[in-house]
Amino acid sequence: MPTIVVEVMPKAELLDPQGKAVAGALGRLGKSRFTGVRLGKRFEITVAGHIDDAVLAEIQELADTVLSNSVIEDVVGIHVLEAPAGETH
Amino acid sequence: MRVGVVTFPGSLDDRDAQRAIRLAGADPVALWHGEHDLHGVDALVLPGGFSYGDYLRAGAIASLSPIMAEVIDAANKGMPVLGICNGFQMLTEAHLLEGGLIRNDHGSFICRDQQLRVENTATDWTSGFAAGQEITIPLKNGEGGFIASADTLERLEGEGHVVVRYLGLNPNGSLNDIAGITNARGNVVGLMPHPEHAVEPGFGPDTADAMRSGVDGLTFFTSVIQRVLAAA
Repeated sequence: MPTIVVEVMPKAELLDPQGKAVAGALGRLGKSRFTGVRLGKRFEITVAGHIDDAVLAEIQELADTVLSNSVIEDVVGIHVLEAPAGETH
Repeated sequence: MRVGVVTFPGSLDDRDAQRAIRLAGADPVALWHGEHDLHGVDALVLPGGFSYGDYLRAGAIASLSPIMAEVIDAANKGMPVLGICNGFQMLTEAHLLEGGLIRNDHGSFICRDQQLRVENTATDWTSGFAAGQEITIPLKNGEGGFIASADTLERLEGEGHVVVRYLGLNPNGSLNDIAGITNARGNVVGLMPHPEHAVEPGFGPDTADAMRSGVDGLTFFTSVIQRVLAAA
């Protein structure tokens, strides 16, 4: 099945407590060169049938209205997954 | 006077909200998220909890529930709607209230008896308070940080839409210490702290008078009863 990936991140200007907690853990492991972590979400959406412009437009709309909340997050990427992991053609 | 309480998968405080409504003197009506029927209620409470496990975003999936179509329609027609904690998150996700709630700035869940100042006593849910009244009700959340764009924040403050503000300690990093807000009409109110947990002596926060005697939350429910009866 063709798959579309949507990536959502907390807005850059907002505090990201989850990312901060991960960055803190890296620091405690002595990985001091990695100074910041931001943590977001990746959605993999499988599609019945072909992916065309209409499908991508529909996903864009869903990404903006359902998968993200524009008050607190940004949609940073939408792309078609060419070869899904574990799937043979 | 009938006040509906919507139960979603993962709601925790729906029964507490029903009990608060009963103690305030109205009849609670249990409503189910999967229906398209408000059963003729006069006001609505969206209760606290972790609907759908807070998956996607807190309150996001619940805000798309079947009954939310009727809730949004009723709210836009002026029906009083109170969102408590997860219910507040649903109201922002449903765009009935502005801004959003994010994970607490300190990264931890927090549970405490929280002091608040009532900033707006004109809403359907706060008309029984004195202006500037200081109250204490329980607070318990992991994602209670209220945020909004600078423009939205300025408008909320300028138009008096901040209903309650944290006093003493900001428990979650909320901008301007905002604990709850209302819409322009004053019928929709959302707040992170839990008024329904401070409605009966013996089960509320401690006060100077006696342990667990705090009932400051009851006024949210008696306010809406008076407002609805006055309008009838």
